[in-house]
Amino acid sequence: MANSRTNRHDYVRYAIKRLIQGVITVWLIATATFFAMHNVPGDPLLDEKAVSPEIRKNLQAKYGLDRPLLEQYGIYLANMIGGDFGISYAQENRSVNDIIREHFPVSAILGILSIVFAGLGGILFGALTAINRNRLPDIVIMFLVILGISVPSFVFAALGQMTLVNVNALLGTSILPVAGWGTVSHMIMPSLILGLGTMAFLTRLMRSSMLEIDNSDYLRTAISKGLPPTRIFLRHQLRNAILPVITVLGPSIAAITTGGFVVELVFAIPGLGRYFVQAVQQSDYTVIMGTTVFYGAFLVLMVIVVDLLYGLVDPRVRLD
Amino acid sequence: MEVTFSFERTRAISRTEVTTRPSLSYWQDAWRRFKVNPRSLISLYIVATLGLFTLVGPWVWTIDPTLQDLDQISVPPGADRRARVVGPHVRWEVDETNNAIPQTLSATQLAVIGEATTQAVRLAWNPVVGASGYRVYRGIAEPASPDALGLPLIDIVNAKLTRFEDRLDLKSRTYFYSVIALSSAGLELGEYATLDVEVTRVITANEAIARGLSERRGPSLIGETVYLDLHPLGTDYLGRDMLARLMHGARVSLFIGIVAPFLYVFVGILYGSIAGFAAGRWDQLMMRFADFVVALPFLLFMILFKIVFNTEPGESGISAMLLAMILLSWPATARLVRGQILQIREEAYIGASRLLGAGSMYLILRHMIPNTMGVILVTLTFAVPGAIFTEAFLSFIGMGVAPPNPSWGSMCNEGIKTMLTAPHELVFPAVFISLTVLVFNLLGDGLRDALDTRMRSAN
Repeated sequence: MANSRTNRHDYVRYAIKRLIQGVITVWLIATATFFAMHNVPGDPLLDEKAVSPEIRKNLQAKYGLDRPLLEQYGIYLANMIGGDFGISYAQENRSVNDIIREHFPVSAILGILSIVFAGLGGILFGALTAINRNRLPDIVIMFLVILGISVPSFVFAALGQMTLVNVNALLGTSILPVAGWGTVSHMIMPSLILGLGTMAFLTRLMRSSMLEIDNSDYLRTAISKGLPPTRIFLRHQLRNAILPVITVLGPSIAAITTGGFVVELVFAIPGLGRYFVQAVQQSDYTVIMGTTVFYGAFLVLMVIVVDLLYGLVDPRVRLD
Repeated sequence: MEVTFSFERTRAISRTEVTTRPSLSYWQDAWRRFKVNPRSLISLYIVATLGLFTLVGPWVWTIDPTLQDLDQISVPPGADRRARVVGPHVRWEVDETNNAIPQTLSATQLAVIGEATTQAVRLAWNPVVGASGYRVYRGIAEPASPDALGLPLIDIVNAKLTRFEDRLDLKSRTYFYSVIALSSAGLELGEYATLDVEVTRVITANEAIARGLSERRGPSLIGETVYLDLHPLGTDYLGRDMLARLMHGARVSLFIGIVAPFLYVFVGILYGSIAGFAAGRWDQLMMRFADFVVALPFLLFMILFKIVFNTEPGESGISAMLLAMILLSWPATARLVRGQILQIREEAYIGASRLLGAGSMYLILRHMIPNTMGVILVTLTFAVPGAIFTEAFLSFIGMGVAPPNPSWGSMCNEGIKTMLTAPHELVFPAVFISLTVLVFNLLGDGLRDALDTRMRSAN
């Protein structure tokens, strides 16, 4: 009893420590973003039309660009803590918060679906290859895995779209839409494509972790005890083999959200990634800064959540 | 009895202990193990071939990658390059009006007059009942409905003017010409007639001579067949030679893919070995900073730094990309090297060297770095595909190498726009990227198995 209480105590301390580290990381990301953007040549008010010096001064005052750099940094941080990322320079009357609120859910749904595809596929195919080690399914799947790791996501996206166009033309009806967003049928192809690279990676990981367990003492014990094979497979092998897969899910979420840029561009999905690329092309500094910090905070949070979950699932994990 | 000891060498025993094979150095042994694996050997050959393609290729295939061949736009490899030489275009002289009895519109009425060539396609049809004009469409696919006839070429507002000469940007291919009758209000009357027309490529004698396609001169050239410029891998949407662009693109992509890892692995080695050697507080501090850099969202900051460093509008953007990659990618190597150094510094030979009076710099350079070389080489090989991916990704979203410099990523970006009509423009650069990444992955696997026994994969 006492032992479990200290464990829980340790866990809470570990969680608080991770959260504090996360907040510091986000602050550093915000700082790096702010000073990086201030070193960009030119300024956001110079881009469009030529304005008279008076108007320029007024605009600078409006956006607070006439104040000393450190003061601007202070205002920026204070606003950000209050959850305000500022106003877009390129799109009038649109705040960065609006843009994030409107477009992030789209990216999030796409990302979650891909993670689900990648996770399920990776575990399934990884287990399949390990069971059929060095036999045909193993060879075929591992060949596909190498392809999946070597082919860039935009090539997959293009191929997927081309396939859809051809299949739709062949059947005369649209089984899945080629581009766009809105219904469930719009989501299937892009999230599959987005998850492919991660799926390949997870399959390889799952396979090696399954094979490692194959040689473990506890598996041999379970077999010699005469447990039914399905029970051995599900409870002893699969459950333990999934653990390393869970650890890499955090970084995988990062890979998938940024990989989402390409898929959003190719499939014309109104997600935040596409807006980020657009903001970069339009030098929309506030949107660039806001999105970077938001994405950064999101990724840091995801990694922490996955680590904390992992601590819950696997009691052997060292909390430090 | 006295025992005598003999201290002479016993030859027989020493002969049996002679080693039959000379002992191998670390690198010889690694090469021996590397050679056994056919996959890594094949990948090494492919890497060498890619290197040749990149370095020697542009000397052999000397076509300028920015040169546009406007006669051959988006041409797939192996396409027909023949062109018949003809005289200059002659005006189509016929009566203005067609007084034939109007009929209902059907496909049989539509006819090509003369030969359909890339110089001109001449269409004629009979007057249509109830029509007060006609609209002519040109499509590249068989029309499925009156709404999908293709490109409208002309509105004719005279029921008796039933002919049309198309001279608009004709290519050597099959076109589907559709004629639809118009009401007096200018509205389309339901039915349409479609005719598929195979267009043959022709070139005027003057142009053929001007472009050096034929040795002979003068009007005698007319009727001859000449061959347009050869493009072994086809051309892109601006008529630029794909092979030349792939070679020059390889220079950019492989340059970034190989130089960037070299640079950031070097930075990582320095940082990691200093941290590992310093140990204690400094080590902690330096590694905290490395942790922070790792936590930055990589591609977002790649883009951000790319904006910050891209000062001149005319720049290719390669140096900005290299700098951004170095700033963001060094921590992985630094961590690895630090771990190795922490391990090695406890070894006895370091202590011995220190006893003999070796300084810190000497220890790092002479003992620690050489002993981590194997691990570093493996990291380097695995870093190449990552860097190639990053370059391709940035170029694909338009943040990479500035046009007109080709890179495989930007070629994919351009190719994706025409992928349905000219898939080769996407397929070739995509295959090159994938093959390169694949080969470096396999090479890395092979090197890992050969160089580092501790890092060997489970299977």
